[in-house]
Amino acid sequence: MSRSGVVATLVWAVLAIVAIVILARARYTTDLSAFLPRSPTATQKLLVDQLRDGLASRLIVVAIEGTDPATRARISTAMATRLRSDQQFVSVNNGETASANRDRMFLFSHRYLLSDTVTPERFTVEGLRGAIQDTIDLLASPAGLLTKDLLPHDPTGEMVEIVGQLAGGAAGAPRTVDGVWTSADGKRALLVAQTRALGSDTDGQQRAVEAVRNAFDQAAGQLRPTLLMSGPGVFAVTARANIIKEVTRLSILSTVVIVALLLGVYRSVTALVLGLVPVASGALAGVAAVALGAGVVHGVTLGFGITLIGEAVDYSIYLFIQSQQSGNHDRVGWQRAVWPTIRLGMLTSVCGFASLLPSGFSGLAQLGLYSIGGLVAGALVTRFVLPHWLPRNFSIRDVSPIGVAAARFLARIKGAPVALAVLALAAGVIVYMHRTTLWNRELSALSPVSLADQDLDAQLRVDIRAPDVRYMVVVSGADEQATLHVAEQVGKQLDTLIDQDVIGGFDSPAHYLPSLDLQRTRQASLPPPGELRERLEKAVTGLPVRAERLAPFLTDVETARTQPLLTRKDLDNTSLASGVDALLLHGQRGWTALLPLRASASNPSYIDDRRVRSAVEKVAPGGVTMLDIKGEADTLYSTYLLEAVHLSLAGFAAIVILLLITLRSAARVIRVVIPLALAVLTVAGGFALMGRQLTLLHVIGMLLIVAVGSNYALFFDRRANDAHPGSVPLTLASLLIANLATVASFGILAFSTVPVLTALGSTVAPGALLALIFSALLARHLPTPTQACAAGVS
Amino acid sequence: MGSNSNRRVWLCLVALCLAGASAGGDLGQLMQLLAQRQHGHVSFVEEHFLHVLDRPVESSGELFYDAPDRLEKRTLKPKPESLVLEHGVITARRGRHTYVLNLSDYPQIVPLIDSIRATLAGDRASLERIFKVTFDGDLDHWKLLLVPSDSTVARSVKQIQIEGARDAIQSVEIQQADGDRSLLTIGPEVGQ
Repeated sequence: MSRSGVVATLVWAVLAIVAIVILARARYTTDLSAFLPRSPTATQKLLVDQLRDGLASRLIVVAIEGTDPATRARISTAMATRLRSDQQFVSVNNGETASANRDRMFLFSHRYLLSDTVTPERFTVEGLRGAIQDTIDLLASPAGLLTKDLLPHDPTGEMVEIVGQLAGGAAGAPRTVDGVWTSADGKRALLVAQTRALGSDTDGQQRAVEAVRNAFDQAAGQLRPTLLMSGPGVFAVTARANIIKEVTRLSILSTVVIVALLLGVYRSVTALVLGLVPVASGALAGVAAVALGAGVVHGVTLGFGITLIGEAVDYSIYLFIQSQQSGNHDRVGWQRAVWPTIRLGMLTSVCGFASLLPSGFSGLAQLGLYSIGGLVAGALVTRFVLPHWLPRNFSIRDVSPIGVAAARFLARIKGAPVALAVLALAAGVIVYMHRTTLWNRELSALSPVSLADQDLDAQLRVDIRAPDVRYMVVVSGADEQATLHVAEQVGKQLDTLIDQDVIGGFDSPAHYLPSLDLQRTRQASLPPPGELRERLEKAVTGLPVRAERLAPFLTDVETARTQPLLTRKDLDNTSLASGVDALLLHGQRGWTALLPLRASASNPSYIDDRRVRSAVEKVAPGGVTMLDIKGEADTLYSTYLLEAVHLSLAGFAAIVILLLITLRSAARVIRVVIPLALAVLTVAGGFALMGRQLTLLHVIGMLLIVAVGSNYALFFDRRANDAHPGSVPLTLASLLIANLATVASFGILAFSTVPVLTALGSTVAPGALLALIFSALLARHLPTPTQACAAGVS
Repeated sequence: MGSNSNRRVWLCLVALCLAGASAGGDLGQLMQLLAQRQHGHVSFVEEHFLHVLDRPVESSGELFYDAPDRLEKRTLKPKPESLVLEHGVITARRGRHTYVLNLSDYPQIVPLIDSIRATLAGDRASLERIFKVTFDGDLDHWKLLLVPSDSTVARSVKQIQIEGARDAIQSVEIQQADGDRSLLTIGPEVGQ
């Protein structure tokens, strides 16, 4: 080995050790934050916080399927008992009535503080008469059986009022069979658990999921019904396990395929091992770059990184095959003739990936960083280290026959430009025709959760009648009391909207915990004992109830007049506490109250959000916003889709500029770019034709088609412009093999069960193949620079 | 001395069995008759005699029934209210509010509602799960006496007496354990 070889090897070794040290000390994460966008506005911040840590993110819906209803009910009850004693769960509900009685007692003893109808007017003679008459009317209905015993204590029906208030937000409970919640079709027993761990705490969610599974195993014993689980936390756990499994599986598969490919081509183990050096170096450098640049490495980045194997292996393929030219291991010649093209190809790829760095999705930004680090390292190792390591007698199988065959095949194809023009036109028309449906504009498109799991989740949500909270009014305030106060004002507006049938109902933290001011006002509405007794006697004249019977009412009102006001602490040990905690949040920027809206029964799938907005936002301008969760999330995603398009265009522009600077000829740049643009258009047309919707990841995939495909186009360009183009068959053969490696590694990604990886793989694999074919077909036909001046290029 | 009283016990048991068998026969026929009926739409008047009130309160409206487990009670007076029992879930609409209750959450009203539903459906098994059922009269004019066999139910309901002619129910009288009583009088079929 020469002196320079020793130096290069030493530098490589030191850098490799440094990278390994960085890798060993790096922090790795497999939570889903890679798929959650950074959020620019306050509303979006709230939205993302809700997605990450809100009440909904802490729910686990459990379904037990199979065997018979009685067995399912028994298992459900046993599971609930076990889980209730587990500190990991805030609440466990399966329809059993245990906790309902405690709640009822609490509501009843605080009814004069909680009921909306407690006003001074209600306790006048007329007010009392009206309220008592209503209550007596209720006794004549079946519900009267429940309220009958309350009459002496609560003749004005405050308890009924409160139950109505609290029922406003809920769509109703699931049906009960054998004492436990059961799906509408009666085939599944249902249980809902709320975890103490935040939705973003994947480890905590995993422990909770395991606890549910253990409880099920214990309860089910020898019987084998099926356990189904769903919910954001479950998804996070599944997605994490899935990503780890997939990355491992795909890496191994990808490596095996590439090794088989290279072994088949080289027929030399030495060549294979040496060929993998740039790949391994690139992978090391890529992860190290991410660890240094982003601080934490996402598991999915490693998944994306598999694609790098396919690209970095190209460099050594070019070196090994093309330096075989004229049979005399012409490495110096290779360095002079081929390296500039590889370098340019590498730089165009880097330009493409660099455009991902500012992405709002950290997963994409990491992909960019990883790929840049990997490609630069892979190319440098190929150029400066690998040639020194090749043994003196290094040789691989002569692959020129492959190249000769390919060249002969290409020469036989006539009319390629016309065919490609037709193809481009057809693809263009198809894309244009599908322009409205081509894009998937929903945030769920980026979800790492498989479609089957998303379907199961939707089904279970219907089963448990989880309110599909699409709209909510968000109230922000400086402190708890101010926020509750505004929430109460908003509630009045919403009551009016219920009367107008604009909405069907709403939930509010003020229903569970009215502001102290309001509680005080309600207390002040209650007349002193003597006066109340007098008014009551007048009020019941003519009614079928005597005042003496209502003596407990007088006592209760007197107690309520002086009872301590409710605070959040008083709600502990009732299920109202979780209601308040879900709807009243204390964050860094102050307090937030959430008032989820329910659509009216007459129009269950629609809320006129503009009417709601205009009604509630005037209550406290700036402090009240109407949030369309799904709409907002989709807008957010659209913003990022647009961002991805912009970034891709910027990346494309950077590639063109780089080519212009290096090639110094607009015509040559066009020769390079046309086949790539054509490949992108054809892939888009293919997706449209198959009815597949494009997501942000497809856009990024298209950028990668250009970044990767430029390598091939540049080689054909070099051949057309270099005085010493080298062996045509060898160049063709190396391109073909390099392309196969790339297509194989992206193609494997296309079969992943992680949707984002599938999207990327299924775009780049066909795109890279088409880029090579189009470049080859057009190489003979696109005008050379000298002709271009005369003929012009369209 | 033991043998004599033993014989009497045996005789009683045999007599009881025979009585049960004959009642079972007629009850079975009635239940079959009722089970054949798929729909019903009748008017009703209900009076509640409650100890907390000095006078009875009266309500009226219409009843709808679809076999086997949908029952709707649409009260028109004194306040419009709708109450639908379907698959064990009660949906009540009253004024601005809609309440959804699981029947099983309110064991005290289960017998009150299920007695009517099960009778309408000819669902003898359901009836006999909660009540001891005694049949009286003949198919043209029958009387069912339902006495809770379950102690939880017995805490709220003393007995229910249902009268009818062939497959039509004419009245339901519910006596509650606390002495309150309600009488549901069913009018003839409405419409068609």
